[in-house]
Amino acid sequence: MSGEALLEVNDLVKHFPIKRGILIDREVDQVRAVDGVSFTVNRGETLGLVGESGSGKSTACRAVLQLIKPTSGSVKFEGREIAGLGRRQMRPLRREMQMIFQDPYASLNPRKRVGQIVGDPLRRQGVAKGSELRKRVQELLERVGLASEHYNRFPHEFSGGQRQRIGIARALSLKPKLVICDEPVSALDVSIQAQIVNLLDDLQDEFDLAYLFVAHDIGVVRHISDRIAVMHDGKLVEQGTADQVCEHPKDDYTKKLLAAVPIPDPRESRERSASR
Amino acid sequence: MSPTPLLSVRDLRVGFATEAGLLQAVDGISFDLHQGEVLAIVGESGSGKSVTAQTIMGLTRSKNSRIEGSVQLEGHELTTAGDTELRGLRGDRIAMIFQDPMTSFNPVYRIGKQIVEAIHTHKPDLSKEDARARTVELFEAVGIPRAEQRVDDYPHQFSGGMRQRAMIAMALALAPDVLIADEPTTALDVTIQAQILGLLEDLNREQGLATILITHDLGVVAEVADRVLVMYAGRVVEEGTLDEIFYDPQHPYTWGLMGSLTRLDRPRPHRLPQIAGSPPSLLDLPEGCAFRPRCPHEFSKCPQLPGLEARLPEAPDHRDRCWLTPEQKREKRQVEGQIGLEAPTS
Repeated sequence: MSGEALLEVNDLVKHFPIKRGILIDREVDQVRAVDGVSFTVNRGETLGLVGESGSGKSTACRAVLQLIKPTSGSVKFEGREIAGLGRRQMRPLRREMQMIFQDPYASLNPRKRVGQIVGDPLRRQGVAKGSELRKRVQELLERVGLASEHYNRFPHEFSGGQRQRIGIARALSLKPKLVICDEPVSALDVSIQAQIVNLLDDLQDEFDLAYLFVAHDIGVVRHISDRIAVMHDGKLVEQGTADQVCEHPKDDYTKKLLAAVPIPDPRESRERSASR
Repeated sequence: MSPTPLLSVRDLRVGFATEAGLLQAVDGISFDLHQGEVLAIVGESGSGKSVTAQTIMGLTRSKNSRIEGSVQLEGHELTTAGDTELRGLRGDRIAMIFQDPMTSFNPVYRIGKQIVEAIHTHKPDLSKEDARARTVELFEAVGIPRAEQRVDDYPHQFSGGMRQRAMIAMALALAPDVLIADEPTTALDVTIQAQILGLLEDLNREQGLATILITHDLGVVAEVADRVLVMYAGRVVEEGTLDEIFYDPQHPYTWGLMGSLTRLDRPRPHRLPQIAGSPPSLLDLPEGCAFRPRCPHEFSKCPQLPGLEARLPEAPDHRDRCWLTPEQKREKRQVEGQIGLEAPTS
């Protein structure tokens, strides 16, 4: 059922106040982290969000998930307005939208066993418990390329790539419709990056997932995305299909960004620097 | 190319005593670095590339480390040099820039002051004013705008890219002959990365600075390197000129690295070619070729470690550690019309 809008973000704004003063906090200015952003993620589709550090892409993700409250704008999930919903109202929706984080070393509780980490969302949402929970967690671990024996291990016993697989298993445990991936491969070794990207690709087909894939590596984003949105200074400067944006960029900032990506080909790289 | 190298590393081995036994982080690496040359050392985490760099700088000396082999810098043996001798060479003849520009300055001192201090330590005769003037000059050379004012800023007032420039300025303060750059652009955005790489290139061309560039990014290598060492599990698995490594790679690990790159200038493949498995633990290396468990081309000779040898008659300086014949390699590395590592058959 692709082609149908799953997530519709309209004119999303998040401003952070800059305050000064000792007794009375006066708001002297604002950081316009996200400044009127609109995009749509369809069912089963991947929207890539690229931009440099400080462009507001992570803030946009957090505002979409209501982890921070948007200043204004609308976020519709399956047609329902979720901007401004409280924690309690969001809780049932958390099943449908999950997140995978950048740092596989910081995003897993070091004192919990892998089984607990992956099973926690299932337990908290009351989906499964006891031996049923254990069975489902072991199935998930196997699906993401780990072994069911890993159930009782601690995060520190795993490499970066394996930890990212644990994070993916946790995000998928509730069979979400949307997964927001915030720089999921940038902390990994080159040879492991391809493994995780391919795993995300396979899981998308299998579970009909939609991804909002945030990264600064345009090569990776282009590979995994159906469409790409380019963010700069809190605004989207360009949106289009992945090939369109990468091969025929319209916006000047997008062109500058693409021109800065090194080409892993010495001859072409020499040609390019000779023409600069 | 001048016959005597600035820096000459011979059979360097670095081991660390751990609770689980001796961890051989670097297991016999040799190379020469000439004036104006950029040597790239490529590898993943645990390949020994950073430990090599730190050992050259004398930063891995400790009770738990065992350093063997030789590192010669312009006639000085660095592995056995005393602290005073080493301190005199560091900064003056050889300098290093680190990956993380956020933690490389002391946050409570002004940036300019930290650089002036470094100059003053090596050149006590130079007046404070002159050292400061030199710092402003350096800031201008690395492209920091409003250099005169910015030397008095604190590190937190600098952006990541500017801090990396300031660190390069500090490394260049005493005009060293050799610069070691450990992942200098990994923490930076691509547009800033392009500027920093351009800056390093100018320094190589115009001042004859010799650079060891440590990176995992083959795109960066293609832009700036003259020669490349590919490291895996503490050993060099392939070395050659930039074009030899990119257009005639001999080791399956190099093919795998090339294959898994995402390239904006080519149509995207259906699946990203990947290298199966993960890098081995240095405490539990397989017998023979360390890449063997991940290699789809493994055969009966692989449990024996191949030497780092030139196997192509036409390229005497292109060496690799793989038992396959050059003909086999040319055939096996072609995956869907491009260089890559075949997917495992199982």
